[in-house]
Amino acid sequence: MIIFQGVHKWFKDLHVLNDINLHITSGEVLVVCGPSGSGKSTLIRTINELEPISDGKLIVDGMDLSDKSTDINKLRAEIGFVFQQFNLYPHLSVIRNITLAPTKIRKMSKKDAEDEAMLLLTRVGLADKRNAYPTQLSGGQQQRVAIARALAMKPRIMLFDEPTSALDPEMIGEVLEVMKDLARSGMTMVVVTHEMGFAREVAHRVAFMADGIILEKAAPEEFFLRPQHPRAQQFLRQLLTPMQAESNGSNFSHHHTKEDVK
Amino acid sequence: MLNYKFDWSIITSGQYFDWLLSGLFTTLKLSAVSIVFSFILGLLIAVMRMSHSKPVRWVALSYLEFFRNTPLLVQIFFWYFGSYKILPMFVNDWLNETGFEFAAATMALTIYTSAFIAEDIRSGILSIPKEQMEAARSAGFSYIRSMQYIILPQAVRITVPPLVNQFLNIAKNSSLAMTIGVMEMTYQARQVESYTFKGFEAFTAATVVYLVLSIVITLLVNTYNEKVLKVHKAS
Ligand SMILES: Nc1ncnc2c1ncn2[C@@H]1O[C@H](COP(=O)(O)OP(=O)(O)O)[C@@H](O)[C@H]1O
Ligand SMILES: [Mg+2]
Repeated sequence: MIIFQGVHKWFKDLHVLNDINLHITSGEVLVVCGPSGSGKSTLIRTINELEPISDGKLIVDGMDLSDKSTDINKLRAEIGFVFQQFNLYPHLSVIRNITLAPTKIRKMSKKDAEDEAMLLLTRVGLADKRNAYPTQLSGGQQQRVAIARALAMKPRIMLFDEPTSALDPEMIGEVLEVMKDLARSGMTMVVVTHEMGFAREVAHRVAFMADGIILEKAAPEEFFLRPQHPRAQQFLRQLLTPMQAESNGSNFSHHHTKEDVK
Repeated sequence: MLNYKFDWSIITSGQYFDWLLSGLFTTLKLSAVSIVFSFILGLLIAVMRMSHSKPVRWVALSYLEFFRNTPLLVQIFFWYFGSYKILPMFVNDWLNETGFEFAAATMALTIYTSAFIAEDIRSGILSIPKEQMEAARSAGFSYIRSMQYIILPQAVRITVPPLVNQFLNIAKNSSLAMTIGVMEMTYQARQVESYTFKGFEAFTAATVVYLVLSIVITLLVNTYNEKVLKVHKAS
């Protein structure tokens, strides 16, 4: 479904992705983790070409991203992207946030799109918020709407870039529940996260990145119990003792990592 | 000491009151027509200014610099005294019938103000977080559609308060149009003065009208900021 072959990415002189080789199959849930600045966001953003690659080959859902003739808008419509900062459209109500793309891009009727949106809102537990505006919602609610918005396009792939990192600890659970449901429904997912509980429960594989290189790819139980690379071992130790974690400590909430990695 | 006798009655009723009222009406009409056209023109210039093509950006930038940095009065005189020499005959005929003074004043105010509005709109667009564009592009919208459905609606909402201020500026600047004989508020106050020698009352009345206009509009903008912008602004 997603094939990276020798992919490189430079920002000027900065080598952000270094020889990425990765084959993600249909229905697979891949968790990507690693220290901040290691290139996780860049990696996931190449999949829908928010960041174009500099070298190598990247094939997504049968479309070659290095080929100029690929219709990028068409490809993006098949891929849902969930951001760390939600990025709902603040000038539109919840229901319009969800129905905008289906009506304008898929040319669905307003009625069909709204029926569909209500099903999704019910699924993420927010049916009563259909007419609210994003600023009136909590972070956790906004992120669930953002997931519903992405799902409304009936995507074949869902990408998540640290979807719970901007949330208060008490709201992380509600978003992870929605994501776990989605994972169990057979959706192809790439998830950048430090929520190791999520990884253990639903991921098929975990990829560990540092300095633009994928240092380790393994099944979750394998990765957590017997990490091979010293950088991975160090990273997991820091997750267990967040006190000494890198300065970007807000990435993992204290109580969550503790209870999840137990 | 003061041997000037105040007489407010002449401006609160009768013929002179009617003159002032029609002056106010002309001021409002001139401002309303100009703000609509300068918004459309300003939107165009703002988008040109952010174009990917260098010549297009250059044209927009020259326009901005030229019209913002020449005195409005000169621009008014240009359209009034200069333009009929370069316009085709039938346009001149038509303008003469509909009121050449009003048309020249509208032209000058529109073009002058559009340069300021273009900058207001541009900073409105720039103030929308780039993540909004990313979210729209991720959903599969093209650049143009992302602008249309997601960026511009937010930018225009943010631009409403400065736009209303530009309307106020037009209302005030339009007093310059009296120099070419547009019978707006200041022109009529002057007229009342020359008929009655009650200059103090006449210009006080004009001042109060401009002031009330300002205050009412400022209150409306504040309410707008409170009620609308607070809810719809990207965090
Ligand atoms: N648009 C950009 N321009 C220049 N450098 C960037 C850009 N985006 C990210 N970087 C740099 O690339 C590196 C990897 O960033 P990122 O992919 O965001 O890492 P992560 O998501 O793992 O924290 C960082 O050093 C970051 O500063
Ligand atoms: Mg990141």
